[in-house]
Amino acid sequence: MQTSTHLEISRRDLLISSAATVAVTGVAGGAIAQSAGNDMVQTSKVSFIVNGDIHNMKLDNRTTLLDALREHLHLTGTKKGCDHGQCGACTVIVDGRRLNACLTLAIMQEGRRVTTIEGLGKPGDLHPMQAAFIKHDGFQCGYCTPGQICSSVAVLEEIGANIPSHVTADLTSPVALTAAEVRERMSGNICRCGAYSNIIDAISDVGGMKA
Amino acid sequence: MIPFSYSRATDANGAIEQVAGNHTKYLGGGTNLVDLMRENIERPTALVDVTGLSNEITETPDGGLIIGAAVRNTALASHPIVRARYPVLCRAILAGASAQIRNMATVGGNILQRTRCSYFYDAAGSNCNKRTLGEGCDAIGGFARYHAILGASPSCIATHPSDMCVALAALDAVVLVDGIHGERRLALNDLHRLPGDRPDVDTVLEPDELITAVELPQFSLASRSTYRKVRDRSSYAFALVSVAAILNVKDGLIADARIGLGGVAHKPWRARKAEAILRGGPATIAQFEAAAGAELADAQPLQDNVFKVELARRTIVAVLEDLRDTQ
Repeated sequence: MQTSTHLEISRRDLLISSAATVAVTGVAGGAIAQSAGNDMVQTSKVSFIVNGDIHNMKLDNRTTLLDALREHLHLTGTKKGCDHGQCGACTVIVDGRRLNACLTLAIMQEGRRVTTIEGLGKPGDLHPMQAAFIKHDGFQCGYCTPGQICSSVAVLEEIGANIPSHVTADLTSPVALTAAEVRERMSGNICRCGAYSNIIDAISDVGGMKA
Repeated sequence: MIPFSYSRATDANGAIEQVAGNHTKYLGGGTNLVDLMRENIERPTALVDVTGLSNEITETPDGGLIIGAAVRNTALASHPIVRARYPVLCRAILAGASAQIRNMATVGGNILQRTRCSYFYDAAGSNCNKRTLGEGCDAIGGFARYHAILGASPSCIATHPSDMCVALAALDAVVLVDGIHGERRLALNDLHRLPGDRPDVDTVLEPDELITAVELPQFSLASRSTYRKVRDRSSYAFALVSVAAILNVKDGLIADARIGLGGVAHKPWRARKAEAILRGGPATIAQFEAAAGAELADAQPLQDNVFKVELARRTIVAVLEDLRDTQ
């Protein structure tokens, strides 16, 4: 699927492209071809799957996965908070592992399978974790929520896969689903509204943890 | 971020062939390098993505372990042999960063990550000899709570941020390196430099040299090993002080002891003076205190981080006591 051909160029897009992340095929392909020097080696073709759809893009090598998702594919559910990997608002799941989309380049994702908040569920067809965040009031302003939910889904999978954490007492026994484990594993997602206790409740609910 | 070319390599030779001068950087998980590039602190004009190199963990015939440079931190900490035989390494990795970052970060990249000194990052507002040699160091006389107390210089008081490397230092890990002039093996303890008058140079590696693997020696002692990290919050913070320790006690006497310290120096700090006092001595609190005191006698703290001397002393003693009591 080639999604980037008929996008309107908004003022915002223009500002962004002039800053760093030049363009996508069709919109500014001409500009790339015309630009001076060795710019051609500073853009790359990349294909990866986002929420089940394959995307073929030509991107400035500097484009992070986060900017590719938001500015090129217009999947703005994934949020840019600190842009330094400190807040977790940009957390997405790539090939089953959660990561900070701001700290990885889009061109490094060749052939990978990316899941964003939009891919987990939609209104009317929510992922159980999305429904649990609503049920337990796991947010106030909601800005960190897409990252929190992607992380939460991954936390339960990581515990299920017996990946240890800093608070795992016995490294050689199966990891247990406990509130302490969930809290430690969610430390890469900051919530300035302080909805942490309700987030833990939502994860515990979905994970089937006893209160 | 300045423009750069990008290519991938699937083996060491392929990566080394693509190096063009000093402006090529090998790219691992990107968690540190991409961030530094965004801040224009790192300005490579070419990146060679080496995440396609070996991500295997294999046992050697003599019971050691070879860890491919592209193994992700999470994968290494989750490996059954690491959990069973090298708990100090497992716990050090898990004490570092966040789960998202550990999922991305590679072993090679973790070793070569750069300091998180805030003056190093503040290109617009601060002087930093590590960023621009000769500019001066604003950390000295500045906010130095997180800075070095051992091995620093008048040019630089930055610390090495890795937790994993502190464990590797204690474990006598060997780093396998390949480059234009061939392969070589380096003790991890010899890989990172002290700042001296060249704080801009973090390691002894040449620009073309690539870490291909880390080798852990066979180490039955490692089953009595652990890592303790003291920090300002209980998760996702850099160390004020951390201790990686391996202890072997037989009949009340210390048969062997190895200690790495984090958060205190420009490199993962191997506490050899402490170890010398411990070996052959009684496994008593008094001996542990004497050992910690000997190591920290060389400390040269600043006003903001003088607390680290006592914190390191107490943490060393507490960790050794824990290990003794679980023998």
